[in-house]
Amino acid sequence: MLAARVVQDHGVHVEGINFYTGFCVEGHTHAIRSKDQQRPKRNNALWVAEQLGMPLHIVDVIEEYKEVLPRPRYGYGANLNPCLDCKVFMVGKAREWMEANGFDFIVTGEVIGQRPKSQTRDKLPVINRDAGVEDLLLRPLSAKLLEPTRPEREGWVDRERLFELHGRSRKPQFALARELGIEAWAQPAGGCCFLTDATYSAKLADLWQARGSREYDLDDIMLLKVGRHLRPRDHFKLIIAREAGETRFLQGYKRRYPHLRTTSHGGPVALIDGDWNEHDLELAARLVARYSSGRHAERVELEFEDTEGRVRPLSVPPMASDCVPDAWYVGGDHGDS
Amino acid sequence: MATAEELDCRHLLCPLPVIRTQARVARMAVGAELQVVVTDPGALEDIPAWCRVHGHEVVATEAAGDEQRIRIRVGGG
Repeated sequence: MLAARVVQDHGVHVEGINFYTGFCVEGHTHAIRSKDQQRPKRNNALWVAEQLGMPLHIVDVIEEYKEVLPRPRYGYGANLNPCLDCKVFMVGKAREWMEANGFDFIVTGEVIGQRPKSQTRDKLPVINRDAGVEDLLLRPLSAKLLEPTRPEREGWVDRERLFELHGRSRKPQFALARELGIEAWAQPAGGCCFLTDATYSAKLADLWQARGSREYDLDDIMLLKVGRHLRPRDHFKLIIAREAGETRFLQGYKRRYPHLRTTSHGGPVALIDGDWNEHDLELAARLVARYSSGRHAERVELEFEDTEGRVRPLSVPPMASDCVPDAWYVGGDHGDS
Repeated sequence: MATAEELDCRHLLCPLPVIRTQARVARMAVGAELQVVVTDPGALEDIPAWCRVHGHEVVATEAAGDEQRIRIRVGGG
């Protein structure tokens, strides 16, 4: 937001690009969980664009990102976040967009030293080189600490009116925002990607491990955001809805995954993912019964429905909660939040 | 009222309804109308916001059960 505003203040026409990888935190979970339905549903990128009076283009990079995430050239961060590869990829896509739409240079809000993996002084030139932008990438917030770029050399922007911010503290950015008359801003980056989340990353690693492949599709990564994930056996896992909103969401997948639902008591829908057998089905049903209102009953009645819509009844004793090993909760997430 | 093209974005979570709307509008003439059908309540904020920054007009929004219909008139950009 700040970087765009600084360049706008030079009289330059700026348009925003927001890349959608499928792992963006914004926008999804509030639409699924009932308890989150009342939360504000603001898309921060669009909100920023409105504040700055600039057009914003949201670009779907879901398919292309499948080539970035599984085998990042520069490795992962603390979790499955391939931040440097991600930056290279997105700046490269921005370059393509710039060339296709007749723009002259690219602006990012990067600040030297802000992020430990992808914004260090030695990593910024890697982004320029690998993304093929060379001196057409302007970082207005740290520009005075970097070699002059073409926009500065050509006088499209005045280097003297750019900044020399550096380091992890965001206080200088907040001060600059106030100086520019910006009173509100979006959540700073870092908390906007599920791949920086340890629990989410553990679920993704579990998915890859179980499949023996790092391939995924959008439904896979959406489902990792929903429900309790329990893997009682290596060859299958359950995704158990935690509340009514998640139950409605998971029902949308009933032609892709076989599922269980309780009939004698109120309870969740659960999808079964993997190569299960009849013996596994009883175990799965007992686990689902454990999360129903019949958890203390002698038996709970359920229905199993396969992906063809064939339904059959089951009757099982609910599993006692102390019989569910912690190791079954994928990523150690009991799904109580 | 002009006849509107319809875009089905049901069961898509934001920002996908915005992305689909953006792609469809890019192929439409100024003044044409598009009716977007969504189920994600977030789209009720995002699509009008996207329209505002691109100079398109939200002509009407109506609810029908879990679905929402957002009617857009394509602006000159």
